[in-house]
Amino acid sequence: MVGVVTTSHDPDEVFIQLLTPDGERVDDETFAFAHDDATIAANLRHMILGRRFDTEATALQRKGQLGLWPPSLGQEAAQVGSGAAVRDLDEVFPSYREHAVALMRGVDPLDMLKTFRGTGMVDWDSRATRFHLYSFVIGTQALHATGYAMGLQRDGLVGNDDPDANGAVLVYFGDGATSQGDVNEALVFAASYQAPVVFFVQNNQWAISEPIDVQSRIPLYRRASGFGIPGLRVDGNDVLAVQAVTEWALDRARRGEGPTLIEAFTYRMGAHTTSDDPTKYRRREEEAAWRAKDPIERVRTHLLATGAIDQAWLDGVDAEAEALGVRIREGVGQLPEPRLEDFWALAYASLPPALRRQRDAYQAYEASFEDADAEGAR
Amino acid sequence: MFEMTLPDPGEGLLEAEITQWLVAPGDTVEVNQVVVEVETAKSLVELPAAVAGVVGELRAAEGDIVPVGSVIMTIETSEAEPVATPVNEPVETSVVEPVETGTPEPSGAVLVGYGTTDAPAARRARKGVPATPVPETDQVHESYGLDESPGHRTEAVHPTGKVDAEAHDPALPRPGAGRHSSGSGELAYATDPVGRPLAKPAVRRLARDLDVDLTTVAGTGPNGSITPTDVAQAAAGEASGRRGPTRIPLRGVRRQMMHAMQASLRVPQASVWMDVDVTNTVELIEQLKGRREFAGLRISPIIVLAKAVCLAMARHPEVNSSLDLERQEIVVNPDVNLGIAAATQRGLVVPNIKGAQNMNLLELAQALNDLVAKVREGRITPADAANGTFTITNVGVFGVEGGTPILNPNEAAILLLGTFNRRPWVVGEGEDERIEVRTIAKLTLTIDHRVLDGEQGSRFLADVATILADPGLSLLF
Repeated sequence: MVGVVTTSHDPDEVFIQLLTPDGERVDDETFAFAHDDATIAANLRHMILGRRFDTEATALQRKGQLGLWPPSLGQEAAQVGSGAAVRDLDEVFPSYREHAVALMRGVDPLDMLKTFRGTGMVDWDSRATRFHLYSFVIGTQALHATGYAMGLQRDGLVGNDDPDANGAVLVYFGDGATSQGDVNEALVFAASYQAPVVFFVQNNQWAISEPIDVQSRIPLYRRASGFGIPGLRVDGNDVLAVQAVTEWALDRARRGEGPTLIEAFTYRMGAHTTSDDPTKYRRREEEAAWRAKDPIERVRTHLLATGAIDQAWLDGVDAEAEALGVRIREGVGQLPEPRLEDFWALAYASLPPALRRQRDAYQAYEASFEDADAEGAR
Repeated sequence: MFEMTLPDPGEGLLEAEITQWLVAPGDTVEVNQVVVEVETAKSLVELPAAVAGVVGELRAAEGDIVPVGSVIMTIETSEAEPVATPVNEPVETSVVEPVETGTPEPSGAVLVGYGTTDAPAARRARKGVPATPVPETDQVHESYGLDESPGHRTEAVHPTGKVDAEAHDPALPRPGAGRHSSGSGELAYATDPVGRPLAKPAVRRLARDLDVDLTTVAGTGPNGSITPTDVAQAAAGEASGRRGPTRIPLRGVRRQMMHAMQASLRVPQASVWMDVDVTNTVELIEQLKGRREFAGLRISPIIVLAKAVCLAMARHPEVNSSLDLERQEIVVNPDVNLGIAAATQRGLVVPNIKGAQNMNLLELAQALNDLVAKVREGRITPADAANGTFTITNVGVFGVEGGTPILNPNEAAILLLGTFNRRPWVVGEGEDERIEVRTIAKLTLTIDHRVLDGEQGSRFLADVATILADPGLSLLF
């Protein structure tokens, strides 16, 4: 049969794996994991913290504390492995589900939750964190990322002899976004300009309720050849393989050798968002099969087996995760209410006259209420 | 004590059904432990506990549909734990009614957050302005410029209009060729493409303020559009004196008919029909008229039909059923409450004969005569029309041969009887086959195809027809 390949076990398909679901290390001729157990343990910690952040946020939505939440459950290895490959001069462009990467980049989870609570804009410091703002419009960030990568070329931050003087761009999107025009345009431009950008597709198998084999007649990584760039498929639930492949692609980009498309083959264990009910369109058996490939379990098994970590280490990380959960839970209720003037203050550096008049009129209206003074003091 | 309210588990949902409690009073719960499963119009979701403690009481039962924001359980906490205000619980406006007072009638979901509601909203007082209670819905409608609420409940069915495959010609009136100027030169009512009278927004606003119905105003502006002057004149009772259309308010029985038939449209319906030789029924009726027991009673074919329906129903009880969508069950009714559609001055009413299956022909005739008398005298009460299980409608009295009846809500079938016509009819078999003049009537049965299939409907109809064709065969039933 031509085309539809959705199994990770198809021998004809590229599928880079360095750690099996059972926690066994395997070798790959091209992509070797070049780090020690301490790095793996650090990845495990990021995955556990990322999962805790996500499950706490999901629970907060169910308690009415957030309006919406897109769970990242099951995609921790794809996120942490790729996030671990990012270096100082690199820039990360997320979609809206890269919660684990955000934590790694130093974004405050409460800063992220205010948007999902509806009390604030997406406004974390993307310069300090080099983690750009969440993009809720599907796939637009691929164009932003490509443009940024072309900027790196023009700033002379690509292809220098000193590897520390080079940067690249890592952009995340999902399998559904690969059907968007923006993503395809970005791939065309990136290939034409050989821009230093790595397109990282988290193929979590479901674009909301649309299965991947309906969206693409070929494995997604093979689309890369149509754009004239390398495409790789990696076990997205294997944090070692993801890091190795992403490092390979980012290094290539930094050296000025052009873009790469990475398909991280993973699974969205949760709903698309908290407004979605996956039991309506997919089978429990499928979810159970993927649960057996849990990205965190295999690393825990591996590191315990090699003796790199022990139960005390795990207890420490669990306590850290618990503290994170409590901080998020308690902090979300304390998030400040939005202020009327922010409507105008946060869009323009200098407010156009028409909007200034509008702001003044609204503020006069607001001040006309009996309880306006008390309101202001709140 | 912590009161757990039902959050909006999706985006802008108004209510959810409690599908399963996973804890019971007295159970100890941890933070984030899943305590209940609820189902919304969108999804089945698990709700976690916000605090740790011991479950106090469950304030909603499984199967209850609970409005967002109402308390569904209490948790006794060991210590006073600060609990954040849920983001989607309204703070300043009392939009969500407590569950005890029942579900507020919502006017529709909006894109984000809560739908509108008819519950009075608490408004902030303006400095130096006396508080005027304005219903929340009015404001919303005004801002959308609609007479109806924007948006709709997710479960509401809005049939879309017919879309013609080919474009209309012309799609819009050509500039300068207003429809009002055609023909006799007399002004006509100009409407926009969606059928509203042509008027600028400001004019609509003026009309609303002056309580003028724009559909009754003849426009004198460009293209027949309504001008502010037209509205002002109409408001002052100085309208040109031309007669507008007669407008009959949809109230009472007519309104009920509108709602019932609209509800019926949601049901997938199918009709089956057959012509029946009712010559023998006509003879039976003539015989009955001569009998002493029936003296003073009006004997019509409907009585025999009613009896035939009850007899056939004994063989096909599923025809006498209704659908309980909430519990996903077909409810076969023990009693045949036989509805008779009756035209009145006030509109269509469908009173029913309760327990018709236990009545003999005489009792049926008396019950029917009583009903007809009540209809005539306008004494039909809501109780007379309630709990019907099957309806007979007789358009034959108007000389009409047939039609496609529409189900009375909550009933699985309706039977239509056409007029009795003298027709040439093939009788006899083989050598004896010949054409005779017989009395023929058409029976049409409409069924709720979710409850009944074509076979069930057809077999029931055939049994009714058998009895009408040969009333003696009723001994077999």
